[in-house]
Amino acid sequence: MNELAQAIPYFGSRNPRVARGIVLALMLLAPLLAGMIGNTWIRVLDAALLYVMLALGLNLVVGFAGLLDLGYIAFYAVGAYTWGFLASPHMGVHLPFWIVLPAGAGLAAMAGILLGFPVLRLRGDYLAIVTLGFGEIVRIFMGNLNVTNGPQGINMLDSLNIFGWDVSRNIQITESFQINALTSFYYVFLLFVVGSVIVMRRLQISRIGRGWAAIRDDELAAKAIGINTRNMKLLAFAMGATFGGVSGGLFGSFQGFVSPESFTLLESIAVLTMVVFGGMGNLGGVIVGAVALSLLPEVLRYIALPIQQAIFGKVLLDPEVLRMLLLSLAMIFMMLIRPAGLLPANARYSREELVKGLKEKQA
Amino acid sequence: MQPWLHAYAALGVDAKSLILPRRGSSIPARLYLLAPSDALVLYNLLTQVTPTLNTMETLLQQIVNGLVVGSVYALVALGYTMVYGILGLINFAHGDVLMVGALVALQVAAYLQNTWPGLGTTAILLISLGAAVPVCMLMGYTIERAAYRRLRNAPRLAPLITAIGMSFLLQTLAMIIWGRAYHSFPPLFPTAPLQPIEGVFITPVQVTILVASAVLMVALVLLVNKTSLGRAMRATAENHRVASLMGVDTNKIISTTFIIGSGLAAVAGVMISSNYGVAHYSMGFMPGLKAFTAAVLGGIGNLGGAMVGGIVLGLVESIGAGYIEQLSFGLLNSSYQDIFAFVILGIVLIFRPTGLLGERVSDRA
Amino acid sequence: MMKKKLIAVAALALSGSLSAGLAQADDLVVKIGHAGPLTGNIAHLGKDNENGARLALEEYQAKGVTIGGKKVKFELISEDDQGDPKTGNIVAQRLVDAGVKGVVGHLNSGVSIPASRIYNQAGIVMVSPSSTNPTLTQQGFPFVFRTMSNDIQQGTVLGKFATAKLGKKVAIIDDRTAYGQGLADEVEKGVKATGGAVSSREFTTNQSTDFMAILTKVKSQNPDVVVYTGMDAQGGPMLKQMRQLGIAAKFMTGDGGCTLDFIKLAGDAMNDKAYCSQAGLPLDQLTDKTFRERYKKRFGIEVQVYAPYAYDAASAIVEAMKAANSVEPAKYQPFLKKVAFKGAGGNVAFDDKGDVKAGAITVYQFRAGKWEALK
Repeated sequence: MNELAQAIPYFGSRNPRVARGIVLALMLLAPLLAGMIGNTWIRVLDAALLYVMLALGLNLVVGFAGLLDLGYIAFYAVGAYTWGFLASPHMGVHLPFWIVLPAGAGLAAMAGILLGFPVLRLRGDYLAIVTLGFGEIVRIFMGNLNVTNGPQGINMLDSLNIFGWDVSRNIQITESFQINALTSFYYVFLLFVVGSVIVMRRLQISRIGRGWAAIRDDELAAKAIGINTRNMKLLAFAMGATFGGVSGGLFGSFQGFVSPESFTLLESIAVLTMVVFGGMGNLGGVIVGAVALSLLPEVLRYIALPIQQAIFGKVLLDPEVLRMLLLSLAMIFMMLIRPAGLLPANARYSREELVKGLKEKQA
Repeated sequence: MQPWLHAYAALGVDAKSLILPRRGSSIPARLYLLAPSDALVLYNLLTQVTPTLNTMETLLQQIVNGLVVGSVYALVALGYTMVYGILGLINFAHGDVLMVGALVALQVAAYLQNTWPGLGTTAILLISLGAAVPVCMLMGYTIERAAYRRLRNAPRLAPLITAIGMSFLLQTLAMIIWGRAYHSFPPLFPTAPLQPIEGVFITPVQVTILVASAVLMVALVLLVNKTSLGRAMRATAENHRVASLMGVDTNKIISTTFIIGSGLAAVAGVMISSNYGVAHYSMGFMPGLKAFTAAVLGGIGNLGGAMVGGIVLGLVESIGAGYIEQLSFGLLNSSYQDIFAFVILGIVLIFRPTGLLGERVSDRA
Repeated sequence: MMKKKLIAVAALALSGSLSAGLAQADDLVVKIGHAGPLTGNIAHLGKDNENGARLALEEYQAKGVTIGGKKVKFELISEDDQGDPKTGNIVAQRLVDAGVKGVVGHLNSGVSIPASRIYNQAGIVMVSPSSTNPTLTQQGFPFVFRTMSNDIQQGTVLGKFATAKLGKKVAIIDDRTAYGQGLADEVEKGVKATGGAVSSREFTTNQSTDFMAILTKVKSQNPDVVVYTGMDAQGGPMLKQMRQLGIAAKFMTGDGGCTLDFIKLAGDAMNDKAYCSQAGLPLDQLTDKTFRERYKKRFGIEVQVYAPYAYDAASAIVEAMKAANSVEPAKYQPFLKKVAFKGAGGNVAFDDKGDVKAGAITVYQFRAGKWEALK
């Protein structure tokens, strides 16, 4: 949160307390503000939070440990399908969330290790293509096995029920005032996101996090100073996958329907883009990237259509086309202007920072 | 006897026929996969577990299918591997250059057919190819100039994201220009299939694809190994800075690499579209992905590797799709066709982390 | 846009209070939603549905409908779901927010199924004119209906036709989408029920262009008929490649291939050995003989495919409202289950699940450059 606060122009560095207050207020009030325009926007925010969790998990693998993973969405799929198996009429089991979510996370972690083992020796771009392949293999299996109901997917997933509180029900407070289910989902997801951020934060500055940073910057040197690179890499895959698994489970409960088409390569790329766009390695940046890129299409749709109508009298570009156009241009120019992302990692342990420090010393 | 032979014996396959005189120990272990006796084992295996009459034709047909697909993969993979060898960049937009080539050729061909109905198909083919190749070359040059050049010293992932962005951009622009529909590509080749062997069919387009890819690949290898331009390219790939100290204009060499790669992609695009009779805005994605896989399989940065990788991948895919049911005892079926590429890749990389023919250790991580 | 909406709401509220003050029965504005892909490659089909629904509402409006003693004024709110499930959910939520009393849509099954959950939860009736996936009405959602026969009905007809008329040995290929696989399973049942044999079942994807490997395998089994359940973009090239491999078998495909594009993509491989099936009646045999004329007069274009069923969907909603004498979905939903009238595309009456009873399926054969309805 500090990073987010600091990111606010001017305010952030001068008056951190106010900045933090603003961020906190925005986080808490967002669904209420969005609700004033329409529930649609709360739904969009809910989806954005799921992407935030995904991006945080991927950031752990790519940003912290420097392992390029192009098949991250597979773990999301594992989490979502676990929810489908353990809490839906598909298998006839309806387990509570405190069993299903950890199960999904655990299975995802196992999948992470499964992927991790064979690719330990691979570096850089070889790793990218093998992880990409892994993502595709998982999707193809999900789309063809009988247990997963093939391309039809699993429907009627139980919604999140926290000790008797069904999150997907509206809460009627008085006759005219009710808390929308979507709003409840928002706060539940927010809790998960905040929890993840805290865990990530602790991880980053722990011995493990520093080990990852060392491997990311120079694997050989890391090995030489006694870091068990094999275990550390496996741990990174497993932990990253865990976050993917949890958000997958939440996605399943929220959407109520899982099918293989939600877990395509494009989704993996979308999440990676969020991470890099926001600022790899920087939690605040990753959150900003995920929120910005998941809100963009909806905002565009609201703004672009009326503007085109007003100017040209007809719709020249579909919102979908326009979204793709802007997204691709943003990806290209963003990298040209700020190759390290919107909010670059405060490079406490990164090589660039050290090099810069040395150069300054010499000068 | 090996345990897997028991399994086949249980299915009623004559396991003994599968066991052939062992290879002489002089064959190095690395060539094991390529030993002729193994091909025979594979053939015996495939024919015995396929209870049909026309097995031989079926197998040969699958090999033809695989070679055709594989040589297209190889042609596209060359573009990936050249750029990677020199810049260490996965040029994600390469597949989409292929798509632009196909659609430009389609546009030109359609225009020619409408304006000069009397023009022969060969002339139309050559003119549209002659239009598509320069357009793609120009595009390759522009992409490198505008998007990649400034990022040469940027953090490792930045150019990758730019490349993905470029791929999306090309697809979106194509979508705006040509719409989302699948366009039918005019038949510029005679369509009647040939039968070199009774029961095995190959169309004139496919013959052209095999010949043209082989010629282009040989030409490229000669270019890289025998000319001064090629020497400059190899030097740049080895080390930019040293190459430029030796008087190589590295910027020019890198641009040339993109231009050559994009030209090859344009040819591949026209081939794919003439073969299947379809062109549309996202047609470059899958071939691009497969070709990249092929490049990595063969050892990225290595021209020979890209070709071997492409052909191997094509063969594995079509033989795999054709025989997976038999090979997995009915457990799997052709819906798993698309995983072969990745499974083979994974297996090869576990044993040879730099690909089949890769020598240089990629240490850009 | 937002501002406009706010003003509209304010104006409505104002007019409401005014009329209350004057104690005079004003028009009752009933919002009906429509959702379908209005942009993208099947935008023309989405627009067709929208037009169908619009025509129905306008005709009722012109005839005059009175509910609860008030004259009803219908307002169609049309939203673009882009044929994408995620967008579909957001659009569904938006229609719910807008306070629609019923929804005609969505077009694609993949979009309708997740969206139906949102409508059902909000207690809003949804009638899809064109989603044919059986799952849609099997979820046990009381507010979900459709006016188009589903894939079970179509697949059975397809499979039975293939074995009875074309040949006993059938190879089935599907594209591993929810639509393709669902239809293929029903075709297989249909084939077996009529004493045919499925020689092989092969699979491809909805992004493939090369089918040589699976077709070679199909060829080795010598089938009489090859059935492909998927879209025209794959079906056309597949037929072409079949002929390239020297497979002389007849080819049949479902409604995804019953298009002009299919004919273009298959090129010179098209001949009278190609068949397709489609839910609904052929356009020149609609039960409502003047429908096409009225449609053309109103919108200036020809009916595409599903407009008659969108027309029927909207009509069913209005008929149920009239019978219930209420525009509230909770009140008129029981009456929707009981409607029975002659619509544009056949008799409209729903079974327990919300599927249309006795939906029509038509088989077409390629003749003289176009798909021609058989019998």
